[in-house]
Amino acid sequence: MSDLVNKIAGANEEAVRRMLAADPVLIDVIPANEAIPELKPGMILHAGPPVDWERMCGPMRGAIAGIAVFEGWADDLADAEAKAAAGAFDFHPNHHFSAVGPMTGMTTISQPVMVVENRTFGNRAYCTINEGLGKVMRFGGNDAEVLDRLRWLRDGLGPAIGAALREMGGVPLKAVVARGLTMGDEMHQRNVGCSGLMLRAISPALARTAADTQELARALAFIGGNDQFFLNIAMALGKAMMDPVRDIEGSTVVTAMSRNGTDFGIRVSGTGDQWFTAPVEMPEGLYFPGYTDADANPDMGDSTIVETIGLGGFAMAAAPAVAGFVGAGSASEAANFTHAMAEIALGENPEWTIPALDYQGVPTGIDVRLVVETGVAPTINTGIAHREPGVGQVGAGVVKAPLGCFEQALVALAERMGVA
Amino acid sequence: MSMILNQVRRGYFLDSVALMRISRTVAGLDGVEEAALMMGSPSNLGIMCDADLLDEVGRAAAGGDLILAVRAADQAAGEAALAKASDLLERRPSAAGTGNTWRSKTLRSAVKHLPGANLALISVPGDFAAAEARKALRAGLHAMIFSDNVSIKDELDLKQEARAAGLLVMGPDCGTAIIGGVPLAFANVVPRGDIGIIGASGTGIQEISCLIAQAGGGVSHAIGVGGRDLKAEIGGITTLMAIDALACDPATRHVVLISKPPAAEVARRVLERIGASPKSYTVCFIGAEELDLPANARAASTLKAAALDAMQINALLGTVHTVTVPDARAGSIQGLFCGGTLAAEAQVIFRAAGLAVASNAPIPGIEPLAGSTALHRLIDLGEDEYTAGRPHPMIEPAVRDDVLAETLRDPDVAVVLLDVVIGLGADEDPAGHVAREVAGRGAGGPIVIASVTGTDGDPQGRLAQIEKLRAAGIHVAASNADAAELAVACIGAGA
Repeated sequence: MSDLVNKIAGANEEAVRRMLAADPVLIDVIPANEAIPELKPGMILHAGPPVDWERMCGPMRGAIAGIAVFEGWADDLADAEAKAAAGAFDFHPNHHFSAVGPMTGMTTISQPVMVVENRTFGNRAYCTINEGLGKVMRFGGNDAEVLDRLRWLRDGLGPAIGAALREMGGVPLKAVVARGLTMGDEMHQRNVGCSGLMLRAISPALARTAADTQELARALAFIGGNDQFFLNIAMALGKAMMDPVRDIEGSTVVTAMSRNGTDFGIRVSGTGDQWFTAPVEMPEGLYFPGYTDADANPDMGDSTIVETIGLGGFAMAAAPAVAGFVGAGSASEAANFTHAMAEIALGENPEWTIPALDYQGVPTGIDVRLVVETGVAPTINTGIAHREPGVGQVGAGVVKAPLGCFEQALVALAERMGVA
Repeated sequence: MSMILNQVRRGYFLDSVALMRISRTVAGLDGVEEAALMMGSPSNLGIMCDADLLDEVGRAAAGGDLILAVRAADQAAGEAALAKASDLLERRPSAAGTGNTWRSKTLRSAVKHLPGANLALISVPGDFAAAEARKALRAGLHAMIFSDNVSIKDELDLKQEARAAGLLVMGPDCGTAIIGGVPLAFANVVPRGDIGIIGASGTGIQEISCLIAQAGGGVSHAIGVGGRDLKAEIGGITTLMAIDALACDPATRHVVLISKPPAAEVARRVLERIGASPKSYTVCFIGAEELDLPANARAASTLKAAALDAMQINALLGTVHTVTVPDARAGSIQGLFCGGTLAAEAQVIFRAAGLAVASNAPIPGIEPLAGSTALHRLIDLGEDEYTAGRPHPMIEPAVRDDVLAETLRDPDVAVVLLDVVIGLGADEDPAGHVAREVAGRGAGGPIVIASVTGTDGDPQGRLAQIEKLRAAGIHVAASNADAAELAVACIGAGA
């Protein structure tokens, strides 16, 4: 028995070592089919574990229809939905292609993706550019305004940021996150500090590589006006950090948490690429004027990769304001969220520290054994989408990962190790 | 000739205030002339250059890099300073400050929040207790296992693992301990002093420590070992370790060992170990016959005798309550005890008085209750037949209510003998509870005699509890042994 315990301890030590050794650098923005050669026309990557059209929630279907029109695979939204229902599109999780996407998480051939390279391990991860707030595709928005913005991201902003990053040799991200934590960001719901730091880092190179000052001004204004610009970068960072942690035999560390609006899924290092799923839960949160929880779609998106690396709900103590989304939560209770997450994590990240916790590091390495033992579910900070296609974001809040995923994963690990 | 040593951590950010605090600590080390940890921004590079802290390593740093720079008297001091700086970066103090109100959900997290802790008190359902105890031992903690229903095999495994690691496992089923003045589980607020206690019995430790306190003494440590430690299967592992631990404790002058009579082989080993200890001992194997003791040990037949012997006094001076012996009357004595060892101590006294007595937890020479025709009965209400599905009577005094009411109504009963155990973990007013039950009895009912195990420092207050009993017409003796003797006297000894 103690041999097994030692084996797991050793495997988990290696998993945490790899997480902490990561050196993620934002190096480029390129079209998705360059980044992911497997991408073909008609192929749509989505957030979360696998899901087919029949089981997709409203916003996911809305985004599918919108992206199909955007890519020119359908004449209009109605046509796109009919084609989707008829099986014309090939759906796969982003996670199966080194990618992640927020909320609905649409990734298709022509969309620009940001490239984060983990220089310690040489792997790369991809995420689309954040579209900003309001009516956007990641929340299921799909009207002309949404599609026009996507075209500009593809033809204008994406290439511009890519050129700037190549010119400056990339932006190392670990220190940006460290600094953001001291500025009130938790990198899921709050990215104000990091987005500003990013703009500061790339502005000179953007200016040097810009062909047109009007285009440059538009790019600067878009980035500067989007408090969540850094979220998608943090997500690609998270994916780049966790992929080298996959497939460590005996490790009980969670390598991905993700939702598709229907199911919540996790992957665990010691069980390879198997998904363990359970129905997603409803976020508890606050709503924009005119909306209530009756309008809300269940939890959605690959952005939980941020919690998987110890940020988001795990770093709540760094962003006390976010605690206010939960019940009657007060900012002074934010530290308890981080303390609770430390109960289910193997270690701390000594480089990502929280001043208000006496520079305690963010909880790092979620252990499915600890989740099941304590019954403490990972806390996730999230946006809330409208349940109908095409409406977009209606609020933000906090949600718990369903314990069922972790219980299944633990049983699978036990079976694999011959102790079930 | 001073040395400049730099290290650069690429892409490592820490807030400048935190860095300045680390810099100050490192700069104060022996042999260090100046030290700074700074992010490598152009302005910081300028400051460090002016302070003559940079070598070519530091000068090559970029804005997102952290520079660790020291100027020291020699290479060794410089390297030591850099090592210390790295250590401080990686092991920043944990959040154990006053603002931290987090209550840990796991042992693992508790250890992190309270890094100086060296003992875990485990009180979880028995099925999980061994696993938690194992975690405690592997975290380098001594374990007190309050839980019962732990298998004897688990107990042996745990104690062997603990012994190999130099750790004590107190329990399973260890109800009482006082370690370094800290009462654990059911314990009383007693002064610190020079008497150590090793006990396989919770209420035995409580009664002895309280009587020592009443006599003006105090306790260095009271180490519970669990009810099965002195059985042959366990071999007294914890008892032997406790004897060794107290042998090296300068605060302990004398030790009281209290247990049921151990297995003969275990008793031999324990007494041999006592013989090798530099401390003097009082040994109370309650209910045991003559013991062959080493020269530094004296025997005591009751808890009270053990306390008096440890204090080297003849009576509980100044604390004996004058109890007028009521007119002797015919009938039986019914003892209803919450504390198992208190029931055993009463049996010792009844046995010495030659009374025909039966018990559900008999000591040697006393009849088992089942099938007995003995007139007098001394019942341990903490035994399984009374507690199945219910809390222990020390936590829930109502467990005694039904049998007490029935006994008070019984015309053949001359005397009811009770114990009242107070202290941390016990019911908040056990005497008040007993007083209400007894106050309702009819005129001409039995004499009720009780004692209170506790101190005035306990939350319930011993004197306040005694007053409540007296107000209900209960005769309160100074100790459990005194109460038993008084009961015997009431019916005329030897009757």
